[in-house]
Amino acid sequence: MNNLLVLPVLLPMAIAVFLMFFRKNIRLQRVLGVIGGIANVVIAGVIVHRVRTGGIQTLELGGWAPPYGIVFVADMFAALLVLAASVTGLAVLIYSFASIGREREEHYYYTSFHFLLVGVYGSFLTGDIFNLFVFFEVMLISSYALITLGGSKKQMREAPKYLLVNILSSTLFVAAVAYLYAAVGTLNMAHLSQRIAEAGQGGVLNVIAVLFLIVFSLKAGLFLFFWLPSAYGAPPFAVRALFGGLLTKVGLYAIVRTFTLIFPNDPSFTHAWIAGMAAATMILGGIGAAAYRDIPRILNYNVLIGVGFVAFGLATGTRDGMDGVVFYMLHDILSKGLMFVLGGMLIAAAGSDKLDRMGGLIRSRPGLGWMFFILALALTGIPPLSGFAGKVLIVRGGLEDGMVTLSLVALASSLLTLYSLIKIFREAFWGTEPEPEAAAEMLASGESDDRQPPRAESGRGKQTTLASASAVLLLLFVIGIGLAANGVHGFAAQAGATLDNPGLYIEAVLKE
Amino acid sequence: MEWIMAIAVGVLFMIGVYLILSKSLLRVILGTSLLTHGVHLLLLTMAGLKRGAAPVLGGGSESYADPLPQALILTSIVISFGITALYFVLAYRAYQTRGTDEIDGSDTDGKEAGS
Repeated sequence: MNNLLVLPVLLPMAIAVFLMFFRKNIRLQRVLGVIGGIANVVIAGVIVHRVRTGGIQTLELGGWAPPYGIVFVADMFAALLVLAASVTGLAVLIYSFASIGREREEHYYYTSFHFLLVGVYGSFLTGDIFNLFVFFEVMLISSYALITLGGSKKQMREAPKYLLVNILSSTLFVAAVAYLYAAVGTLNMAHLSQRIAEAGQGGVLNVIAVLFLIVFSLKAGLFLFFWLPSAYGAPPFAVRALFGGLLTKVGLYAIVRTFTLIFPNDPSFTHAWIAGMAAATMILGGIGAAAYRDIPRILNYNVLIGVGFVAFGLATGTRDGMDGVVFYMLHDILSKGLMFVLGGMLIAAAGSDKLDRMGGLIRSRPGLGWMFFILALALTGIPPLSGFAGKVLIVRGGLEDGMVTLSLVALASSLLTLYSLIKIFREAFWGTEPEPEAAAEMLASGESDDRQPPRAESGRGKQTTLASASAVLLLLFVIGIGLAANGVHGFAAQAGATLDNPGLYIEAVLKE
Repeated sequence: MEWIMAIAVGVLFMIGVYLILSKSLLRVILGTSLLTHGVHLLLLTMAGLKRGAAPVLGGGSESYADPLPQALILTSIVISFGITALYFVLAYRAYQTRGTDEIDGSDTDGKEAGS
């Protein structure tokens, strides 16, 4: 019963369509969302189990044999990412209850939310390059809706730029597909891989590979990230958690998939490009994270450091590097979601997004403070937590491949991650509380766009509980992956084996 | 035949890029729609412009045009139509909220949101 593979796409889509008819019924929207979210986690878990025991799962949509129809493929990499994304999606949904506000909830927030998940899961599971484009668009159009929803001045300033960058990259995506179709005459990824290997990658196929690299880098924020720090500063924090946790990772997934499956044959050319872009991303992201003193910017630049790290793992092209990529992406989806949830809670608690205006929060919110501290250690890669194993594997892959400079850059970027996050922890949670009149003055001048919308004091306790619940859910996974690293490595190694040897994927899809 | 189309696509891309680099949001949107025209034409051209009947069975023709890129273009047209419509509305709303049509300009006092 391989129809299971289409369920992660079908379920949120059904919920999204159903919820369109009940715009005002917020209770129904929330309950259905949570039920769907839990169901999706279960489904993803079952898929992971199936792949674990039965190898790569494929589903031929409509019963058409692979090169002619669209095929859904769940190898371990895709299955694990769907699982991590559905956990993050569920947690962010719960955080939305606490933070998004009634006004947005009544204007199709949850519908857009679920359509975004449709696009993310579909992108992970599809085995067809044009279908990947369509799922990208499903995801992006939902993200356009989410980034503009609310219509604040800041959102109206950033949204047109965000749209422009993504329209441009989507246009280039179609152009790249056109060139690829002209060169090899197929769209199925496994079949593409086969034909490109036969034709010998070089010349025009390398040009097409670089075009794909540009397209996906624009989406993932790999070196071409100029749009990301300001665009991710515009929407509410729940939306940012979704973007930071999932959107850039889908771009990264596409890069990893493209360059391990379709264009793996000329690594001295393509992977050298990726290595250079990864180094630049880590350096610039690190500089940005260390330089700024307002929380949204620091968090946004930390997203970039993670993107650079995964690309570095891909560029090593070694088995260890591949395992590390899988491991690190799992960690990154969960912990970046958690980072924005905690950032949102922190700003709601402090009433400001500027570090200079906060301090002493550990007295009033000790739980939040220590969760943030653990997260900072996890993102840096301190041993018992989730970031460690991925970073070790990636750096070991880099050293095996003789990329000493790049490995040092990666380690230095971890140091900058630690510095930037501990800077937040030290200044926001320790020290003395800021002068109340300074905060009041700032509220009056409306300097901060990141203030939570004012709401009734009575509902406040419940909302803090909801937000904490979502943070705790993610934190349990972040700690759990770290503690169970040995077990998770078994899964990551199975995924890495497929990435390292595209023959396994081709065999599973084309059944030869 | 393909080389004429290639030149046409190139011209569309050139004008599109030029318009995207301008300040006014309206010209940017026109630029993106020219770019999508260019890319659809490219998709049609790259699949080959052989002579053949329209891909409808029953005409009893010897050869047909490749149906796959036509389906891809149809999909892509609908998607870019949706996005362009959204972009126009967003530009209008941004103009109302910010009081300027410049994509990166400083805000002047526009009318309050939602008016």
